[in-house]
Amino acid sequence: MDLSAINPMLFVAGFLVAATPLIFAAIGELVAEKSGTLNLGVEGMMITGAICGFAVAVESGSPLLGFAAAALGGAALSLLFAFLTQVTLANQVASGLALTLFGLGLSSLLGQSYVGIKPPRLPDIDFGPLREIPVIGPILFTHDIILYLGLVLVAAVWAMLKFTRAGLVLRAVGESHDAAHALGYPVKRIRTMAILFGGACAGVGGAYISLIRVPQWTEGMTAGIGWIALALVVFASWKPWRLLLGAYLFGGITQLQLNLQGAGVAIPVEYLAMSPYVITIVVLVILSRDKSAAPASLGRIFHASS
Amino acid sequence: MIRLEKRPQPSRGISLATPVLAVLATMFFGGLLFMALGKDPIASIRTIFWEPLFGDFAFYYRPQLLIKGAPLVLIAIGLSLGFKAGIWNIGAEGQYIMGALFGAGVGLAFYPLESFIVFPLMVLAGAFGGWIWAMIPALLKVRFGTNEILVSLMLVYVAEQLLASMSLGLMKNPEGFGFPGSRNLQQYESAFNADLIEGSGMHWGVVAALIAVIFAYVLMSRHRLGFAIRVTGEAPRAARFSGVNPARLVLFCLGTSGLLAGLAGMFEVAGPAGQVTIDFNVGYGFTAIIVAFLGRLHPVGILLAGGLMALTYIGGDIAQSQLGLPAAAIQVFQGMLLFFLLALDMFTNYRLRFGKTEVA
Repeated sequence: MDLSAINPMLFVAGFLVAATPLIFAAIGELVAEKSGTLNLGVEGMMITGAICGFAVAVESGSPLLGFAAAALGGAALSLLFAFLTQVTLANQVASGLALTLFGLGLSSLLGQSYVGIKPPRLPDIDFGPLREIPVIGPILFTHDIILYLGLVLVAAVWAMLKFTRAGLVLRAVGESHDAAHALGYPVKRIRTMAILFGGACAGVGGAYISLIRVPQWTEGMTAGIGWIALALVVFASWKPWRLLLGAYLFGGITQLQLNLQGAGVAIPVEYLAMSPYVITIVVLVILSRDKSAAPASLGRIFHASS
Repeated sequence: MIRLEKRPQPSRGISLATPVLAVLATMFFGGLLFMALGKDPIASIRTIFWEPLFGDFAFYYRPQLLIKGAPLVLIAIGLSLGFKAGIWNIGAEGQYIMGALFGAGVGLAFYPLESFIVFPLMVLAGAFGGWIWAMIPALLKVRFGTNEILVSLMLVYVAEQLLASMSLGLMKNPEGFGFPGSRNLQQYESAFNADLIEGSGMHWGVVAALIAVIFAYVLMSRHRLGFAIRVTGEAPRAARFSGVNPARLVLFCLGTSGLLAGLAGMFEVAGPAGQVTIDFNVGYGFTAIIVAFLGRLHPVGILLAGGLMALTYIGGDIAQSQLGLPAAAIQVFQGMLLFFLLALDMFTNYRLRFGKTEVA
């Protein structure tokens, strides 16, 4: 075992990258859950975003177009969830699962001709002299625009929920859809928009895996990150900044186990690879005592006449 | 203006009709999908649904129906108990893997001893493996209130890694020339889950699936526990007042579904699959979710739905080799089926009203 093979600066820069797909998927799901809908289809929307983004980036040669397509793809899939739960009033757990099963199939169907291709690279932002700052420079200023966009998104969602009227309405719909309806707010429309936002974010998160983190396409490459994102929302008690913290924690664990694998630690690779999932379970256990933070209408179906 | 009006009572007739309508809608839109892939839609649908049953080589495919259908039915029966009570075990895939690992582990431990005791011990071990894996989310839910959906799912990925570790390490065939994967249990007579009637596809897993259907039917319609499950799903508060112990119900539902999924994995690894390999699991645990819903969470319905889903697998394989239809297309097809089912279910609980919206 040679732990000195792990470069601490590369490690930190790496875990920022590893956390980004989680940040996107989880912040989108946070907004959807704040509106009172529990969408378990994050994994399906992520993998759909991963292939849509990959395909468009390869065909057009533009990674940014790829990310736009990933957002559209994720949102399009989430529209199915919105239709099932808001129009046909289907059970949210079952609909979310359907979304994941369908998304996994659809993505491998779409991705058949993209296996083994390298996507175009999204260049890092040129921060000029900032890059030269010792330690901080190589860690913080050597990334692509999407990674920073993730941070901006967390801040924006936090500010929107806390300070704006739109945020207040969204939370009201999530806490009590009957009261919100009585006040004249269009519950279903607001929830549909929140679901679409969640889908778009999950799509971008998925594309971040296929375009930047791994850069290639393999079937089922999101490998449970969508589910970890769902756990992360619980971990964060539906608070954006805690979500960011949690994403870094998980990103750190993921990166650490990869680095330990690379360093040839005596623990078998498979046991290292399962660690993020085991730790997710442990975290869920520790945090599940406090359920007070969850939106009160989470997962409940709204129908105006009932 | 169209609006929805809640029915005073869910319609039983529509509840039974929706699976049929969903299958028809899936055939139609699946046909469109196949057309988009450049295949003849009519031929594709015919190949999937007709060839395995009545085609020229049906004698070869019919046993396959039992082989693919048995694990689906076995797992879906277990899932349906929990789903009815609002207990969501989504990790059957992991329990299936653990059942296979425990079952195969016992079989491999006895190798090369030939004895009639080996196979029954493997069955017990397989059931135990699935059960213990399901007890993790169950106990965490009962003790800490942890969400069973997320925990059971995380455990799928843990189980997949264990499977990889076992087929590369502990259970690797010492005479396998260094290739990953265990000894082939099909070549170890005492451990082999062979066809009970040569070439019929009728192995012990099929028998177990049929027993599970009967067991679930009796449980749900005759036993107090079945009543407790139904009441908990429909009115959790009322269930508590009528003396249902929610914790015990969670342990029972998750435990039973884990046990059945473990059995399914064990019968698969000792029979059709034959060995522990890295990619031993093929998603039965997830497809069984569709089977459970398509079967209306009813044992007999699940039996029929399992048969239908097995048909799409086999028909899909045929369409793949004959028409070049991609394997993933069948997965999309199955996902579509669940969508249509969920969407059409609206008409069970609501009816459409045409005309002006009344001002409340």
